[in-house]
Amino acid sequence: MVTRVLTVSILAGLLAGLIVAALQHVTTTPLILKAETYEAALRLQAPTLASFDGQAKLILAHGAAGDGAGHDHAEWKPQDGFQRTLLTSAVTIATAIGFAALLLAGMIAAGDAIDERRALIWAACGFLAFGLVPATGLAPELPGAASAALEQRQLWWVLAALATAGGLFAFLRFEQPWVRALAIVALLVPHLIGAPHPAAPESKVPAEIAAHFAALSLAIQAALWLATGFAVGKLWPWASRRVAVAG
Amino acid sequence: MNTASVSTTQLSVSERVKAVAAALVIGVALIYTTGFAASSNVHNAAHDTRHGLAFPCH
Repeated sequence: MVTRVLTVSILAGLLAGLIVAALQHVTTTPLILKAETYEAALRLQAPTLASFDGQAKLILAHGAAGDGAGHDHAEWKPQDGFQRTLLTSAVTIATAIGFAALLLAGMIAAGDAIDERRALIWAACGFLAFGLVPATGLAPELPGAASAALEQRQLWWVLAALATAGGLFAFLRFEQPWVRALAIVALLVPHLIGAPHPAAPESKVPAEIAAHFAALSLAIQAALWLATGFAVGKLWPWASRRVAVAG
Repeated sequence: MNTASVSTTQLSVSERVKAVAAALVIGVALIYTTGFAASSNVHNAAHDTRHGLAFPCH
């Protein structure tokens, strides 16, 4: 069964990842590239931002435009164009394989039958837990946006994802009122704690682009989850039949 | 629908535990690497995907 989990995760992730990588190439990535031009412009004004204080930090992860061409910058990064697209696609596929494995882990642990419809429902909940709900605290960001320290945001993101996943599962699978009450508490806790935010928004990326990006990136993650769920729901019965025939 | 569904409860408990553990390890390791690893090389390679899928990024 471990082999089946591996096979189905990899195949489903590959399929879903390829589709979504193609979608990213024409939706989110062009906006990221556009935002980087604003970020590069901001870099030129960086000294004026030295007065930043508290936990808010403007983190410019990228050099100014033309950085790769001559500036001594030891850090490796993919070259724009083919290499960057290839790496982005590979990473998206790896993420899809990870989502597929988590989906299978949840469904097998819950003792669910794995078919198209159930896998899609799990995938929709996966998107709620790993996409939509964490995004209510930490909206999808373009490069150049001001944000609180990365570790704190990652920590909150993980807390929100786990609490939402656990809360959804408990609420949907148990009927005892006290379990459901606890589930609602779990769903609310990350938001009562509150996501870390910068003291002052300082992004120079136009709000229209940022808003468009936020909507697109959530839609892309939803597509990734649903495509992964669909592929898992199709491939698991197929892999199981193969095992049955072989065994 | 029924022909396609394969219940996972029919399998032995130890098989299921192993499968869940394997899936969890793979899933967490992959998501950590693609979405969270702090190494700047990994970050730069994964950059567009992290932003594109709404993971916290730099």
